[in-house]
Amino acid sequence: MTTLDTAERDVVAKRPIRWHIAIFLLPAVLVYTAVMIIPLFDTLRLSLFRIVDGQSVFVGLDNFRTVFGDPLWAASFWNALRNNLVFFLIHMVVQNPIGIALAALLSLPVLRFRSFYRTAIFLPTILSFVIVGFVWKLILSPIWGIAPFLLDIVGMKAFFAPWLGRPGSALITVSLVSVWQNIGIPMMLIYAALLSIPDEVLEAAECDGVTGWSQFFKIKLPLILPTIGIVSILTFVGNFNAFDLIYTMQGAIAGPNYSTDILGTLLYRTFFGFQLQLGDPNMGAAIATAMFFIILAGVCLYLFVIQRRIRRYQF
Amino acid sequence: MSKARSSVARTGLVHLALGAYTLLALFPIFLVLVNSFKTRAGIFSTPLQLPSAKTFSLIGYETVLKQGDFLVYFQNSLIVTVASIFFVLLFGAMAAFALSEYRFRGNTMMALYLALGIMIPIRLGTVAILQGMVATGLVNTLMALILVYTAQGLPLAVFILSEFMRQVSDDLKNAGRVDGLSEYTIFFRLVLPLVRPAMATVAVFTMIPIWNDLWFPLILAPGEATKTVTLGAQMFIGQYVTNWNAVLSTLSLAIMPVLVLYLIFSRQLIRGITAGAVK
Repeated sequence: MTTLDTAERDVVAKRPIRWHIAIFLLPAVLVYTAVMIIPLFDTLRLSLFRIVDGQSVFVGLDNFRTVFGDPLWAASFWNALRNNLVFFLIHMVVQNPIGIALAALLSLPVLRFRSFYRTAIFLPTILSFVIVGFVWKLILSPIWGIAPFLLDIVGMKAFFAPWLGRPGSALITVSLVSVWQNIGIPMMLIYAALLSIPDEVLEAAECDGVTGWSQFFKIKLPLILPTIGIVSILTFVGNFNAFDLIYTMQGAIAGPNYSTDILGTLLYRTFFGFQLQLGDPNMGAAIATAMFFIILAGVCLYLFVIQRRIRRYQF
Repeated sequence: MSKARSSVARTGLVHLALGAYTLLALFPIFLVLVNSFKTRAGIFSTPLQLPSAKTFSLIGYETVLKQGDFLVYFQNSLIVTVASIFFVLLFGAMAAFALSEYRFRGNTMMALYLALGIMIPIRLGTVAILQGMVATGLVNTLMALILVYTAQGLPLAVFILSEFMRQVSDDLKNAGRVDGLSEYTIFFRLVLPLVRPAMATVAVFTMIPIWNDLWFPLILAPGEATKTVTLGAQMFIGQYVTNWNAVLSTLSLAIMPVLVLYLIFSRQLIRGITAGAVK
């Protein structure tokens, strides 16, 4: 008994450095720091400089004053920000509720063709933005006439318009195409969350006469709230750095008349240049920094306000 | 009304809703695939019908295969995606194990540090990433893309995998320790096989954005030799806007490999996403 005690004390006293922890962490931390964190902060730093006569000069917050206040820049920045907000709101009110509804239907206990539906509905999500963008561009094209033809079948032909070409409807159309593509992600995440609800909980609910709709809203929905929270913040971050779909469907100038311009396309044009506009890394960095703080604000709101109010259940 | 009949009606409605959405999801893809096999006249006169003897034509594919280097693009995409997923899973699982298994000073800080990247997209650092890649001579190499995508995928991988690794029973790992297994053996032999469903989830969520990405190939590797399928299709279609046969065939060529892979692996893939949940 005494020997064992001594041995134990020895171990505690001479605990070796646990190198394996460092080795487990090292590769991930190294790649992540070198390719992501350092460039990110370097971009923030670059936003405080400007090239004057071929020299990089520290200008403080001057670039931001230009982005937010200069008549040449401010209009396009605020326009892009407003469009981006609309883009995000459409995802929140269309994509996520439909995703939840599809997941709820798919997770019903006895359902035939379940795997067929699942596979089919998830399919657009695995396609690239370029494919999706062009496919919908063709379908909505008045030249091909698929969309008016289909609307004619349901007697709504008069409703058709070249939606992508009109400043008033282009942004909504592009957003809905993006919803069509991305709906698989909320659907699958929420589907998995619904499946993880233990049968005992649902059986108990049934014993108490809570079934169908009320079971969904009173039992399942509260249990999957953390997942819905995650889906929402993923949507937010994804939307505020979206670029590919707009670039594919409407080009880098996000036409018509910049009506589909979002922060991602504005960043691309500013930093890389497009047609007559020359690329400006420092102004690009300033816009990237603005996007950084917008996303950071959203994430902080989620982490410190929303997530704390969501109760997590442990099974 | 009897309970049985109302449940039949309900099942019908469920199938109606799911069926309608399935149609919406599949129709655009179907339309493009079908019309890629038609003559120009057929595309416009009978867009919704299967190609008939009169409208069947492979002219679009001939144009595309003569001009584009789709095989090279596809190979590039494959290399970049597979290599990135491999590194994300390996490095991510190792880090997740360290964070979920051991208590050490700075554990929470390290977890937060790595989680930063879930919320802050790597794209915002593009200006400096491009400068860095220019400085290290990695512009227009697949390595540049692999590095960026590995860094991009790691945060979510670490986050998801550490949640799952916390559920692996301590008794099992301690039994391994009692048997004299090293920490590395415990990780590779005991823990990794148990979190395989989570790895599949991570692989899917890592793969999709990488395969689909247009931004980094456009900026870091726009050269002919390093173009990915996504960028290749984008530029090619841009040139052939008015040639409907070529556009539809390009889209089909970009869709088909993904579609075939998806149909083969969708069962495992979806089981992977949900397996962690099904008890």
